Amino acid sequence: MNTPEQMMARSQTATLATNKLLRNTFTMLSMTLIFSAVMASVSIVMSAGFGLSLVAMLVAFGLLWFALPRTENSAAGIGVVFAFTGLMGFSLGPILSHYLALPNGGQLIATALGGTGVIFMGLSGYAMTTKRDFSFMAGFLFVGLIVVMIAAIANIFLAIPAMSLAISAAVVLLMSGLILFDVSRIVNGGETNYLRATVALYLDIHNLFIHLLHLLAAFSGRE
Amino acid sequence: MEMWMKIAVAALLGVMVWRLWPAANHWLKHGPRGSSQDWQAALLPILAVVAFVVLLILLVRG
Repeated sequence: MNTPEQMMARSQTATLATNKLLRNTFTMLSMTLIFSAVMASVSIVMSAGFGLSLVAMLVAFGLLWFALPRTENSAAGIGVVFAFTGLMGFSLGPILSHYLALPNGGQLIATALGGTGVIFMGLSGYAMTTKRDFSFMAGFLFVGLIVVMIAAIANIFLAIPAMSLAISAAVVLLMSGLILFDVSRIVNGGETNYLRATVALYLDIHNLFIHLLHLLAAFSGRE
Repeated sequence: MEMWMKIAVAALLGVMVWRLWPAANHWLKHGPRGSSQDWQAALLPILAVVAFVVLLILLVRG
């Protein structure tokens, strides 16, 4: 039978483990975001085209699906996460070059970047302070993502501007929900691996930034 | 965008859907159900995000 002392000791151990996971995840996330930004700058300076960007993204998702599951519990996993986020950053180059060529493109990118930061900090702070388990949203969020991806596939060939805006608006909402979900999984013990947690949050931020930038550019009348 | 790129991007998204489907199915069948209070707690910050994005749009339009 568990004594109150044993239960308290177990609770303290769990809290320490959660705090360590949060610290490792956010440290890794900040380092990978900086590395990703550096790689995006390299891509802009190189004037990388959409073809090279697409290849970088394909390699990045290859790493995510095939290399990360094999290395996530070893030091090699850190290298895989940096390679993944670096390639994802590199793939942003042509998109950023496109927006930089617009009048006030730099301002749009800075606004989207700042907006993404504020949204991420606000939502992750909310999920951490309330300590509420947001895993009840998972089914809704995953189905929403699938619907949005199918719509995006259709719109690649249909190229309807209004549909593109609707997809971006939906992605901003879904990524906001996923930030709540991913942070609450770390806080409530649903996620115990900091490399997986970092990649999940990185993808939320990456997608949020791209689609917020798209919305801002479209509604500013410059795209 | 050239046709081969469109097909490659569509294929990548298709693979993502295919890989995401089991997770979506699992969470739909075995995931916890949220109460109305849970949904309110989630919708509140999402609505704040919507208001913030509208504010950003008004700023860049101005």
